[in-house]
Amino acid sequence: MPTLSEAESKQKLAARGVPVPAEALVSTPEEAAAAAARLGFPVVAKLCGPTIAHKTERGLVRLGLTDEGAVEAAAADLLAAARPDDGEVGVLVGQMVRGGRELIAGMGRDPQFGPYVMLGLGGILAEAVAEVVFRLVPLARVDAEEMIEQLPAQRLLAAFRGEPEVDRSALADVLVALSDLAAAEPRLMSADLNPLIISDGRPVAVDALLEMA
Amino acid sequence: MKPTDEQFRALFEPQGVIVAGASSHPGKFGFAALHNVLAAGYKGRVFALNRDGEEILGLEAATEVSELPDGAADLVVVCTPAAANPDLLRACAAKGVRAAFVASAGYREAGDEGARAEAELAALADELGILLAGPNGQGLVSTPAELCAQIVAPYPPAGSISIASQSGNFVSSLMNYSVQTGVGVARAVSVGNGAALTVPDYVEWFGSDPATDVVIAYMESVSDGRSAYEQLRAVSERKPVVMVKGGVTAGGQRAASSHTGALATEDRVFDGMLRQAGVLRTGNIEDAFELAATFATQPLPKGPNTVVVTTVGGWGVVTADAIGASSLELMALPDDLRAAIDSRLPPRWSRNNPIDMAGGETRDTVPEVLELVARHPQVDAVLYLGLGIQSNTAKFLRQGPFFPDHGLDRIVSFHERQDRRFADTAAEISDATGKPVLTSTELAVADPDNPGPAQVRATGRLCYSAAHRAVGALDRMWRYSLWRRRRGLA
Repeated sequence: MPTLSEAESKQKLAARGVPVPAEALVSTPEEAAAAAARLGFPVVAKLCGPTIAHKTERGLVRLGLTDEGAVEAAAADLLAAARPDDGEVGVLVGQMVRGGRELIAGMGRDPQFGPYVMLGLGGILAEAVAEVVFRLVPLARVDAEEMIEQLPAQRLLAAFRGEPEVDRSALADVLVALSDLAAAEPRLMSADLNPLIISDGRPVAVDALLEMA
Repeated sequence: MKPTDEQFRALFEPQGVIVAGASSHPGKFGFAALHNVLAAGYKGRVFALNRDGEEILGLEAATEVSELPDGAADLVVVCTPAAANPDLLRACAAKGVRAAFVASAGYREAGDEGARAEAELAALADELGILLAGPNGQGLVSTPAELCAQIVAPYPPAGSISIASQSGNFVSSLMNYSVQTGVGVARAVSVGNGAALTVPDYVEWFGSDPATDVVIAYMESVSDGRSAYEQLRAVSERKPVVMVKGGVTAGGQRAASSHTGALATEDRVFDGMLRQAGVLRTGNIEDAFELAATFATQPLPKGPNTVVVTTVGGWGVVTADAIGASSLELMALPDDLRAAIDSRLPPRWSRNNPIDMAGGETRDTVPEVLELVARHPQVDAVLYLGLGIQSNTAKFLRQGPFFPDHGLDRIVSFHERQDRRFADTAAEISDATGKPVLTSTELAVADPDNPGPAQVRATGRLCYSAAHRAVGALDRMWRYSLWRRRRGLA
């Protein structure tokens, strides 16, 4: 099934109010360095293209770049790592989002129950942690709030290791936005917001992948 | 076609019943069905249909539907071979029958040919305006109509729990718990193959049925998940629905390219759907009955503040732990309540929640303390532990070689009277305050004739076999209250 690029995926989500990092999609190492200077260090650089789904597995993510030289070098490496079947690629330079807690949120379509929204613990470890909760679209706000309440390890959502309590309202906004997006876009088959990092108490989708029919 | 209320009334409140395939052989389903209809006291007219026109259980069987009076029966219970059923339904429709419970096997469960026959039967019933229940089901029970149209037992006491189950045997299991506890049933139906009516369809009708206060559903599969969700949610808005889902491990992980899709196992999505619909899922049939029976016999808590009243320290401690792990609050005793109890108990009582009377109670203390606690405006629910202990001690005295001399007859009857009184008090203050007051003791199962638990049953309520079970039921009640409240439902 065709996927949207990370940049396009995030644009669609941001249009529904999902918080994403400040980012720029560029095509050369020089542009990457300039974008990083504009965004403020440290930054993250990733290879971005419509068919690139598993960046971490392919080593296409560079975290914690702290100056223009490092960004330029990373961008050159990433562009060199592109394969012909990746299609038209660019480098996505984004503000590095810091946070000790990672969640996963998503949307999918079930053959029996139709579109649903998911929330879970663990971010990139979510499939191993397997603490996930589901509700059907459309989600009322109260449904989103109850999803958050249903997560195990509620203490993880309280103030934790110097980070403030998770803003439950902002998290509920993300879930309702996914529900609204699923209802508005029948061609949207799935969405992964993974990880959804809790940064200063607020959720930020640092990676996102939308799959279209 | 969407089933009508009138059709459901024909199924559960028929004016007259035809048992088709009635048999004189007591080992046959066709005998059991007729026997059970007659034995449970059904007041409408009963007709037996049988190829040979025999006399069965004092009833002259007709050989053809056409021999029966017009409009005298609106329900047919079908125990004939599958091949005979299309003609039977046509003939019954011509006589005014509006609902059929088809117990016959040989349909979908028997392979492709059976599946075709089942689809044809459903289409025919729809065309004839007959509501089709089953096929391959064990029957139905409807206590408001004193109707026991099933090929199995038991016939439960009358009450307000209604049951729809994809497994016929679970209908029996649930009704056995009803017999055991005395908490009664309104309607119960074995859905069988569910050719035309699936579990959510019955649940939907139970939602509008004035005889039903609580619903229990057992489902293994769902044919239309979306409409099941809508139906279940609409009923939950009116009354509690308790569900057991069988086949949790079946289905498992689905092939998916997205992380979300890979995590969306059938059971997780189903579970989320139930929570969103306000349905209370339990892991097994026993818990399902106990929870439903709690809803049927206790008022909904208006808040989480729970007080434990106990005559035994250890029980109070463990129950406090169970409350701590639930959505309920083990509320700190308000000063005025503590002071009021101070005036009734010697100073060694716990002076907090759990209220451990520490053996300081005299004749009237238990009823007085229960009353004080339940009437306190900040208290939402009460658990009373220790019922039946006195009678248990008395039982040993009664059975010993010294009874009734040495004053034993007096003390034994005093203890037994006291436990009955405590059980009555729990029910009366619950009625008077509109708050749940639950009792619990292992004697409820270890010695059900103990006057404590026996009297709880006589008040129409459940005596829980362990405190954690009472806490579990109360916890789910409070969660249901919350689900309603958050959605603006009274």
